Amino acid sequence: MSAPGVASVGSASGETRAVGGAFATRLAPALVVALSVAAFLGLWQFVVKAGLIAEQDLPAMTTTFSELWTMMHTREFWTAFGQTVRGWALGLGIATALAVPTGILLGSSQFAQRAFRIPVEFLRPIPSAALIPLLFLTLGTTLQSEVFLATFGAFWPLLVQTIYGVRDVDPVVLDTARSFGVGRFERLYRIKLPSSVPYIATGLRISSAVALILAFTAELFMGTPGLGHIMNVAESFGLTVQVYALALATGFLGLAIYVLFAALERRALRWHPSQRAEAP
Amino acid sequence: MSRRAYQSTAIAAELAVPLAILAAWQWWTVQAADPKFPRLSTILVEFRELWLFSQFELHVVPSLIRIGAGFGIAVVVGIVLGIPLGLSRWARIAAMPHIEWWRAMPPPALLPISVILLNSIENRQKIAFIAFFCLFPILLNTIDGVRGIDPATFETAQSYGVRGFERIRRVVLPAALPQIFAGMRTSLSLAVIVMVLTEYFSSTSGVGYVLLISKNTLQLAPMWAAIVLIGLLGYLLNLLLILVERRMLAWHRGWRAATAQ
Amino acid sequence: MSTEGGHLLEIRNVAKTYGGGAKATHAIGDVSFTVDDREFVCVVGPSGCGKTTLLKCVGGLLRPSSGRILLRGSQVTAPPEEMALVFQEYGRSLMPWASVRNNVLLPLRHRKLSRAERKALVEESLDAVGLTRFIDHYPWQLSGGMQQRVAIARALAYQPSILLMDEPFASVDAQTRGDLEDLVLRVREQFAVTILFVTHDIDESVYLADRVVVLTHAPTEVKELIDVDLPFPRDQIATKELPEFTHLRGHVYRLIKREQAQPEQQLATATAATKGDGA
Repeated sequence: MSAPGVASVGSASGETRAVGGAFATRLAPALVVALSVAAFLGLWQFVVKAGLIAEQDLPAMTTTFSELWTMMHTREFWTAFGQTVRGWALGLGIATALAVPTGILLGSSQFAQRAFRIPVEFLRPIPSAALIPLLFLTLGTTLQSEVFLATFGAFWPLLVQTIYGVRDVDPVVLDTARSFGVGRFERLYRIKLPSSVPYIATGLRISSAVALILAFTAELFMGTPGLGHIMNVAESFGLTVQVYALALATGFLGLAIYVLFAALERRALRWHPSQRAEAP
Repeated sequence: MSRRAYQSTAIAAELAVPLAILAAWQWWTVQAADPKFPRLSTILVEFRELWLFSQFELHVVPSLIRIGAGFGIAVVVGIVLGIPLGLSRWARIAAMPHIEWWRAMPPPALLPISVILLNSIENRQKIAFIAFFCLFPILLNTIDGVRGIDPATFETAQSYGVRGFERIRRVVLPAALPQIFAGMRTSLSLAVIVMVLTEYFSSTSGVGYVLLISKNTLQLAPMWAAIVLIGLLGYLLNLLLILVERRMLAWHRGWRAATAQ
Repeated sequence: MSTEGGHLLEIRNVAKTYGGGAKATHAIGDVSFTVDDREFVCVVGPSGCGKTTLLKCVGGLLRPSSGRILLRGSQVTAPPEEMALVFQEYGRSLMPWASVRNNVLLPLRHRKLSRAERKALVEESLDAVGLTRFIDHYPWQLSGGMQQRVAIARALAYQPSILLMDEPFASVDAQTRGDLEDLVLRVREQFAVTILFVTHDIDESVYLADRVVVLTHAPTEVKELIDVDLPFPRDQIATKELPEFTHLRGHVYRLIKREQAQPEQQLATATAATKGDGA
């Protein structure tokens, strides 16, 4: 319905609705997604079986999935899985408990924010990965190391998002409240906090991913118990299929976390359609 | 307090707080006398000796090359793929499951695989690894940037017969560029992290490698110097990107300011 | 020149419906009129009567549900080369990343012209709208009225034979509007273009037009075609003091007042139009 060379912009649903009704808008996308995934899996299988990539470098799709299935019946797998989740959860939890109050404090006080601007800007870009050797030597290959790493990494995105959320309130709303004699603490509690919830939700989505990356990194490099550790062990024993199967498992874990927190974020954003922007 | 007084106090605080933190760091490390936490002064000395400039060529340059190449590839591929995906709804639907999957996958989980699959720990493995993971923030932001283009802009192009590659070059790309730069900033900080990870995991050169070796040989001062360097690299690269962005998006700031009224 | 016995532009029984079945919104019911070469035709109607939708159909941005748009006898299915469109929201149709010069240049780039020819066109059209001094400024550095002039200059540089204008001065303040109206009249003379001008401002429509097309409320039809016999050149003060002017505007006003119909109809049309646009 457009001039040649112009793809449908934005909502094409006006046209599709005319064509097929419910099929086009609901079933067709799901079908395309399913086909797309199937195509990828098929391609994977084909590439290996046709010899384009050696099977010792890339196990077949079917082999990998069946290995994963087998692993899921072992206790070791689920223990490791639980350990990774534990490290992640603790890291994210502590980071949240630290970052949100600090963020609220820094966000609501112009003075505090200015005072701490430089340290935050300098500490922020330090990749937590660089702390691995330090942690190895101080806290050792323990849960604390893993949690510390995950916390350190997850802290910063959440802090920044919280600060922006508290700051990004419409000044007109605040001025109105002030003119009605609403006190400072109440303004924080009733206006700034609720309006910063979407930002915090975005921060959680980002931080939950970072926490997982770091928990896994700690396990892979330091040997703290978890999926990363058994992947490292499998690799050193040359058990390629297991390495791939574990990567799959980790991918699913990452996906589950993403879906959960993205849904939470959407929920939070729904109430504040104006506050959509992610802080730079 | 008066505006003047407030301003000068704020500036004083801006300078005083970092200095106070550094001073406290120095004081604490002297007090603790723990070899694992060398004095700040020792670290700084080691930093200068190590990186300026004896080991610079040996380690810093390879690391920078890997980041540069990986990031560069990610930018090009991200934009080239992102624009058509942003324009076509069905292509987007088909590609989304893959994008979401790889974006949710923690990079370290693929480290062993990258070595196995590419059969090497040379530069090509590292650059490929960095490029792969840096791709996604840019790709996603390009898609969002294109999708967010005002329909009026497209209608104008359409009514003047601006089509195909020309439309992409003169309308779509400039319009999406602010969002693309946001993705590039995320990608760049990701590049530094991923570089450290790959070098720490399996390498014979680079800053991450130095980190590993100094840990293994229990040389704490160089280890700390490496940590400081990594932080500094991240900061400087980010600064560089911001400068480039300022130059290329000067129009954007002006436009936002003008339309904000 | 018009085709023999025919007109430059023919809008024949155009209808536009959004949605289907029970939820269908008939934005345009049945609109027919013609436009001859070098005519200035204004289209007025009550709010929500699908004026913008109609103009987009004529401009080839939307396909009518039924009926045809004929340009020199052949059907319009895509934006024709000889038509240029000027939107109401200049801020959204001008590219903020390009200077005024490059904005005006954009439609010319894919035409087979030499660099010198393009440059000449750009400068000529900017001169016609009086913005030569600002050729290297950015659009957002200019006032609203000036931005709209850039949009007009861009349309002129394109050298269309037909200029479609969709409430172009609605977002501009009243005094600037007067200047822009006179600018459009001058431009019509200077460049010998045909103009189809949509507006909700009744005074403006009578002031500018050779003919006024008055539309009904949705589902839109042509209520009346009025010939405007006012002398040229038009003047903001002198013309508007003429008894003929008062009589005409009163007539149009009365027609439209009678058309201010059920609010639900207007709301439905306007909502459907904004949702379905761009398809």
